[in-house]
Amino acid sequence: MNFDFSDEAKELGEQARKLLAERAGTGPARLAMAEGAAAMDAALWKDIAELGWTAARVPEAHGGLGLTVEEVAQLAEAAGGSLAHVPLVSTLLATEALVLAGSEAQQARWLPGIASGEIIAVAAWSEPGAVNPATVKTTASGSTLTGVKQPVADLALAHVAIVAAAGADGPQLYIVDLQGAQTAAVETVDLVRRHGKLTLNATPAEALGTAADYQDWLDRAAIILAYEAIGTAASAMAMSVDYAKTRVAFGQKIGRYQSVKHKCADMYIKLELARAHALHGVAMIGMNGPELRQAAAAARVASLDALAFCAEENVQLHGGIGFTWESDCQFYYRRNRALVAALGPRGWWADRLVRALEQRNRAAA
Amino acid sequence: MDFNDTPQEAEYRAAVRTWLDENAADYREPAPEGMKLPEFIARSKAWQARKHAGGYTGITWPTMFGGQGLTPMHSIIYGQEESRFHVPQGLYSIGLGMCIPTVFSHGQPEAIQRYVPKALIGEEVWCQLFSEPAAGSDLAGIRTKAVRDTSSGGDEWVIDGQKVWTSFAHASDFGIVVCRTDPSLPKHKGLSMFIVDMKAPGVTVKGIKQMSGGSDFNEVFFDGVRVNDSHRLGAVGDGWKVALTTLMHERLAVGGKPRYAPGYETLIKLAKGVDAPDGTPAIGASDVRQKIAQTYINDQGIKLTQMRALSALSKGQMPGPEQSISKVVIAKTMQDLASFALDLSGGDGFIAGADADPELAKLQGSYIGSAGLRIAGGTDEILRNIIAERVLGLPGDMRPDKDTPFNQTVAV
Repeated sequence: MNFDFSDEAKELGEQARKLLAERAGTGPARLAMAEGAAAMDAALWKDIAELGWTAARVPEAHGGLGLTVEEVAQLAEAAGGSLAHVPLVSTLLATEALVLAGSEAQQARWLPGIASGEIIAVAAWSEPGAVNPATVKTTASGSTLTGVKQPVADLALAHVAIVAAAGADGPQLYIVDLQGAQTAAVETVDLVRRHGKLTLNATPAEALGTAADYQDWLDRAAIILAYEAIGTAASAMAMSVDYAKTRVAFGQKIGRYQSVKHKCADMYIKLELARAHALHGVAMIGMNGPELRQAAAAARVASLDALAFCAEENVQLHGGIGFTWESDCQFYYRRNRALVAALGPRGWWADRLVRALEQRNRAAA
Repeated sequence: MDFNDTPQEAEYRAAVRTWLDENAADYREPAPEGMKLPEFIARSKAWQARKHAGGYTGITWPTMFGGQGLTPMHSIIYGQEESRFHVPQGLYSIGLGMCIPTVFSHGQPEAIQRYVPKALIGEEVWCQLFSEPAAGSDLAGIRTKAVRDTSSGGDEWVIDGQKVWTSFAHASDFGIVVCRTDPSLPKHKGLSMFIVDMKAPGVTVKGIKQMSGGSDFNEVFFDGVRVNDSHRLGAVGDGWKVALTTLMHERLAVGGKPRYAPGYETLIKLAKGVDAPDGTPAIGASDVRQKIAQTYINDQGIKLTQMRALSALSKGQMPGPEQSISKVVIAKTMQDLASFALDLSGGDGFIAGADADPELAKLQGSYIGSAGLRIAGGTDEILRNIIAERVLGLPGDMRPDKDTPFNQTVAV
């Protein structure tokens, strides 16, 4: 049995956590939140590209390192934990779609630039009125798309968007070159990560794979985002644990009180459950295993549960100081909303999990 | 990643399978219901002796104590293969899982020689006598006392007091007992552990009838029970330290979901046959689907977490602390699922006995059993303390009696 990350993936994760501990975190996030601040930390992005993180998943034939989803998961967790002000997870999500479903020509067009960090790619499924990734109203007609996509993470930075739209066989992915596209900034609850609105008006687009590929991409995106959520939740938990070890009330450290320490234990429990399912998802991708759909949905639900709980109880555990603008609690609390919006809410994914379980039960019967 | 055995593991598994096919053929079908204790003991002893002859007892124990000197992975593989048969389970799990490792780690040479081989072959059954009416979660509050008596030229201890929640005490030949040997020291310091003969004069065992109707536990009374000092485990006053090593084995033993406990599949099946409040099949109701998802996430999450630990063992590493979440998740998930499913089934889920639907009866059993599981082997609250303190490094609870001589905190 080998149900663990490879040593290589762990090493990359270690490298990523180390660099981002120095270069990102709540301090830089606070600077990024200020009015007029840049939409990303360009110097950090350059270093990230030089270290090969954007090239990790890109096949060697297209200028990448040809690594596995294990490395992608490690990078997403490190990015989530550090709130790094770079479009790394957006690019990893878009890269996964191109690697999974792109034609040779599509891969050759976009992946080398993504690998070198010169091309920033994002994923866009959300629309006004849309509540889940299964019901998109943006329509495809010939080789154009019409509709509105928002909120799209890191849109202002991006050169290319992987867009979900209704095709002949149901929702599927399209590639939209953003040169000359109609984009605008939208304000969101997350004050650090920038989001945008993409207006498509018979905008040229290329189909990326099939409707079935879209469903497979949703599984992979759910797992990558689960790792981002796990990283973010783990940082919120660490903040709570640190505070419980130092804050004194009624003559003792608040971490001595069971109401406080049991909350921290529950954060750990939810995080470990999320880690178990997310790792299952990564294993299923690597093994091309039959349980990918259920593993991905479970990872999505469990990681959102962990993040919501850690982010919310982190504020509660800090008391009044946690509710101030100066406290770092708000970064995790707000990022929780961004990660829900990134791929649809818990309820839809829980339902997708049950559908996968029913299907497997039928197949087994 | 893969879920396969290493070549060495596969080789061991194949050997175990061959041996079980030849030796466990009588246990392919479940044992008849309502078996009486003597018959259960006889079946258990017969199987243990056969296992011993086959070289499958004490798999992880050092060879010098009669074990096989193999790794935890070997023991897990054996357990996985054995679980395909209905061999008698339980009689030896406490003795061989907790008591005897304590005996060979802390016992005196003659005691090891006298007790370990007979326990391993299954000839003698052991129980663990730690908890007391006033010492449950706060286990160090033990009041059963042992007083040294050298008056007649010997070196004996005289034990008086009461233990409780002792599994299989009524079937046991020996037990390990923690007693207070110096009440003038703070509570963790004045304890010592002994091997005690359960058939000795002054030992009385009384069954406890549980809320479930079953009787898995006992009260054990000690009235002037004499134990020779050669039966002491560890130094005088080191009883707490010795007990902690015993309990470490317990946490590994009481981990998984009980075999009888229904899971998410039960809820899927049930929800297809009953109506939601709006008259449509419950399987389409959002709250039902959310509960199915949550049950899968918790139960399967624990299974996967245990696989992470196995993976570490398989590579010869120590598993991380993540296993510590197992029981606290499993027991509450069991209770929540059973409660939800019984809610869903209305009055039918309330009918018990001969008229009960067998599936619903299982859920009733799970609903009642889970209330006990949330307490046994460390309550939900103690387990959260352990996670917070040992894994996250939070400070221990305030313990006002920790440094006070025991006899100044309670009357002994």
